[in-house]
Amino acid sequence: MARSNSRPLSPHLTIWKWGPAMAVSIMHRVTGNGLATAGALGLIWWLMAAATGPEAYATFVKCATSPIGYLVMIGLSWFFFQHLFSGLRHFVLDMGAGYELRNNKMWSIATFVASLLVTGFVWLTIFGKAL
Amino acid sequence: MGNGTGIGRVRGLGSARHGAHHWLAQRYTAVGNLLLTLWLLFSLLSLPGLDYESVVGWIANPVVAVPLMLMVVSIFMHLRLGMQVMLEDYVHDKGLAFFSMLVLNFYAFGGAAAGVFAIAKIAFIGVVKP
Repeated sequence: MARSNSRPLSPHLTIWKWGPAMAVSIMHRVTGNGLATAGALGLIWWLMAAATGPEAYATFVKCATSPIGYLVMIGLSWFFFQHLFSGLRHFVLDMGAGYELRNNKMWSIATFVASLLVTGFVWLTIFGKAL
Repeated sequence: MGNGTGIGRVRGLGSARHGAHHWLAQRYTAVGNLLLTLWLLFSLLSLPGLDYESVVGWIANPVVAVPLMLMVVSIFMHLRLGMQVMLEDYVHDKGLAFFSMLVLNFYAFGGAAAGVFAIAKIAFIGVVKP
């Protein structure tokens, strides 16, 4: 799109003071695209490995349970829950609710708290079972 | 068909009544993803193990294979819509935008096909003996 330099732009990211609503909004995009690439490819790898046979599945498990594999899986699981809770917030906002400043700020922060708590709970369950 | 003023263009083309389609499809698939991924998560956590035989034996069950296929399709539809919006926002060059949409569509349809095929193979053949 051709843009005339003589016309002013509306204020953009650089001018605003950062707040929880902005953070949860950009994190929705970051987590969504992270899941869409790394997460979806990991899912397809897992399914393809299971469909191919025991050796392919063993290779997948070896990679997934390496230190880097755990780091990626824990990161992706946090991305998943952040995107999930942020998505639930979107459903509420879509209905036209939750725009009051105090409520909006509180629920924005709540998505981060919930995603971290649930991610921690899931991995404690997994590691607890392994012990 | 007006192509002079803005109002002329609007009067010429009018609304196709598809304005909300992308937005709604993003929500429909979001609900699908929400239900199906949580089902997968709880199922995996309650499996006795995540070794080859447990996982393949579980997926081979028809009441597992079908929702798992639906999950893969819902996920790839959702990510196609979501990544499309991201690319529209950040890729400004017209040629590159076209190319990125091409790649995105290949990725989304290819990924969904690969996932559905893998699940179908497991469902029809089951555990492969080495």
